[in-house]
Amino acid sequence: MLIPVLLGVTFIVFSLMYITPSDPAQMMLGANASPAAYKQMREDMGLNSPFIVQYARFLFGYKHPIFGYKGLFFGDLGRSYVSNRIIFEVIANSFPNTLILAVGALILALILGIPIGIISATKPYSVADMIFTVFALLGASMPVFWIAMVLIYIFAMNLRLFPAIANPGNFSSLVLPIITLSLPSLAIIMRMTRSSMLDVMQQDYIRTARVKGMDEKTVIFKHALRNALIPVVTVAGLQFGGLLGGAVLTEKIFSYPGLGSIMVDAIYQKDTPQILGSVCFVAITFTIINLAVDILYGFIDPRIKSTFSAKKKLVRGNQ
Amino acid sequence: MSNQTFLRFFKRQSKNISQFWRQFSRNKLAVASLILVLIFALIAIFADVLYSYDFVTSNSLENALLKPGETSTVYFQEKDIEHTFILGSDNYGRDILGRLVHGARISMIIGIVTVAMSLIVGVILGAIAGYEGGLVDTIIMRITDIILSIPTILMSIAIVTALGNSFFNLLIAISVQLFPKYIRIVRASIVSIKDQEYVEAARVIGASDLRIILKHILPNITSPIIVQSTLNIGSSILEASWLSFLGLGILPPKPEWGNMLSEAREFIQYAPHLLFAPGIAILLTVLAYNIIGDGLRDALDPKLRR
Amino acid sequence: MDKILEIKDLHVNYYSNRRTVRAVNNLSLDMQRGRVLGLVGETGAGKTTLALSILNMIRAPQGKIISGSIRFDNADILGMSNQELREMRGKDIAMIFQDPMTALNPVLTIGEQIAETIFKHEKASKAEAWSKAEEMLETVGIPGVRAREYPHQFSGGMKQRVVIALSLACNPRLLLADEPTTALDVTIQAQVLDLMRGLIKTNNTSVLFITHSLGLVVENCDEVATMYAGEVVEYGTVEQVFGNPLHPYTKGLLGSLPDYSEGSPRLRPIPGLMPDPTNLPKGCYFSPRCPNAMPKCHEAHPENSSIEGHLVKCHQYQENLHVEQSI
Repeated sequence: MLIPVLLGVTFIVFSLMYITPSDPAQMMLGANASPAAYKQMREDMGLNSPFIVQYARFLFGYKHPIFGYKGLFFGDLGRSYVSNRIIFEVIANSFPNTLILAVGALILALILGIPIGIISATKPYSVADMIFTVFALLGASMPVFWIAMVLIYIFAMNLRLFPAIANPGNFSSLVLPIITLSLPSLAIIMRMTRSSMLDVMQQDYIRTARVKGMDEKTVIFKHALRNALIPVVTVAGLQFGGLLGGAVLTEKIFSYPGLGSIMVDAIYQKDTPQILGSVCFVAITFTIINLAVDILYGFIDPRIKSTFSAKKKLVRGNQ
Repeated sequence: MSNQTFLRFFKRQSKNISQFWRQFSRNKLAVASLILVLIFALIAIFADVLYSYDFVTSNSLENALLKPGETSTVYFQEKDIEHTFILGSDNYGRDILGRLVHGARISMIIGIVTVAMSLIVGVILGAIAGYEGGLVDTIIMRITDIILSIPTILMSIAIVTALGNSFFNLLIAISVQLFPKYIRIVRASIVSIKDQEYVEAARVIGASDLRIILKHILPNITSPIIVQSTLNIGSSILEASWLSFLGLGILPPKPEWGNMLSEAREFIQYAPHLLFAPGIAILLTVLAYNIIGDGLRDALDPKLRR
Repeated sequence: MDKILEIKDLHVNYYSNRRTVRAVNNLSLDMQRGRVLGLVGETGAGKTTLALSILNMIRAPQGKIISGSIRFDNADILGMSNQELREMRGKDIAMIFQDPMTALNPVLTIGEQIAETIFKHEKASKAEAWSKAEEMLETVGIPGVRAREYPHQFSGGMKQRVVIALSLACNPRLLLADEPTTALDVTIQAQVLDLMRGLIKTNNTSVLFITHSLGLVVENCDEVATMYAGEVVEYGTVEQVFGNPLHPYTKGLLGSLPDYSEGSPRLRPIPGLMPDPTNLPKGCYFSPRCPNAMPKCHEAHPENSSIEGHLVKCHQYQENLHVEQSI
């Protein structure tokens, strides 16, 4: 399940980069080398080989004294065309920064979104609910980079509360980017919690709980919420992908040294291996997170948990 | 026989449509959004009447960064014109409202074309996947999974970089993000209906495949597809603005709301209207589509029908 | 014999889509302690609404108890505070619903769901509540160790047994059973009813047994009330009502049962349909369908008449017999 998807991701990304019009040889040698030198450089970099060979090299490595690397499989894609730094080092240095933003944004979205969703669900169509719903709709309709700029305008330029440039060392500089990044996810989590809670509150077992004489707080938190949060968890996991993507633009605006900035720069400079490495890395991370969410789902929902153990017993029984 | 089938089909649909409108119109916000979208559409269609395209794409540097409401002289087409910059001017002296108006046209085209393209591709692929099943189904679903596991902006950036920076490639990049949603909707519908007993029963009494599709499958997918399409127009416009902001879609001097924002970056401290005008345009448009989409979903939901 | 439940002139409405649904109309009913009262009626007669009203669980804004009084063991239910109601529910009055598949919370173990009531209503520790829960499961024929399992691991019949265990856990004085076996297979039905009968006898629980099956009433109930369009039209012991049905509706119900001894080929349904609860007919609600309808029936609403405790709401009997006001 996982492997074909990951392979597919690498294949698509590689194919896209393969057809990108750019000449790495020119990037390495500059504009004034001779045609023969370009030809030799292209040979050395392995660019004259057929597509499949290049793809295989991308995955499993390329033996060359200067331009060789061990391949994606072994976590090595060689050096950047532009900066000549080792690609995976660059990724390894910048990705944690992006993670700080993405994880921070997700936590903020959950901490605010779930309680607001619960409040909206317990008092549907009230004034508070209407306000929250409008806010959620707004959050899903604004481009993240615009939110970033507006927040910078208000809080950095006018109110001078937070800096406009962020870096991981300075906590107060992280506030604006994290808030920016979290808003679309906050909106979605809020609405998801609300609709899931509303659904669950209609269920018969909630009626049973009330008929047993349980007080409303127990009904909401013990009986309803546990059921309602199950789809919310899935959505939150999926949001992570969007957060990683949103980080790309947010980092650019806040001049934040994360993987997103690296990717955008690499794209402008047509630094193919850097783009490849970075995009694959992000996609693979996202796929793994989805898998983790699926597993988490199995722990939260007892119905799935026992299907797993039933299947395990079946498999073991057949052996 | 099949003529009668079509006729009855359309008669039933017109009854459904009036029932739907009754339900939909109860949501005042959705109706307001619909009106807004229609107004925007009119503005987009008649953009040339309101502001000439050349006017909004030519520089007039002496009029740079005027505040909203200021009037000034613009030298255009060898004439001096007195012009009121209703929403001010940008750093090249171009009328912001005029650029917004033409941007509305560009956004509308992007929205409609991408949704149309992805709808056709998505529905066909979803139908094949659902109906055939087996290996074809697996392949199509794997491709869908792969596309969905790359965050949308990254995918679009990669596609536009690879194929080159043109309008058509922008449309392709955005459509690629949208069609997996259609595939899933159509396939899920077909798979859930295909094995139902009433379809078997229909086959047993000799109903043709076409009739089954029209009578059983089409009504079930029409509503979610309409809802998804409305929401997708909003997403598409949003996505286009992201790409243009990065310089990967519509490039200046063509007026697209996203690239207007990227040009505004340096000047927001002194000329905030550069920031708010295009941003609010995007916000209102996408918001309107989202509200309409939500309203459609509620109005078309058979469970809520009285 | 004292009365455990006295309902007088109850009116309950539902509000949907700008229409008022008159679910329960001027309903009066008494229940004797320690007896099983069968409440018979077609779907839509208002039986579930009545049961929920007894627990004062009709939720605004969809529904409202307009007027009337409900006294449970001499306590005024409609006047109770939320706190008092919550203490009463599950402990003094318990309710079983029709669909066992959805009645239990899928993410909590069945033991937890039973122990929760015990923990709340009786002064027990968590551990004591859990072992009592296991005991209750044993009494309904489910091994106590299974208390750790989740609802989806049980079949429909077993789930309903869990629901019964749950409802009887705190030994309630009154059990409201809303079509408890309708969703089950016939053989399971028999098992579950046997079980219920045993437990009710042991604990001397009073039961309001709501059903649309006349056969079940005869097998399981001491008394029976027939309900039509939100009111009780006939009430008496099972012998009284089934042996000598008075109300045309009751007669129609009994008459619609197929009689195998005669080998008659056709079924004899009651002609017509139940009235629209948003638009009830003037006079007696049954009059449009009644074979004995007199002009008076379409004009004036009948009162209760009584012969030795056999109550009937029909104009036919008001002239001939004692006219007694409803209790």
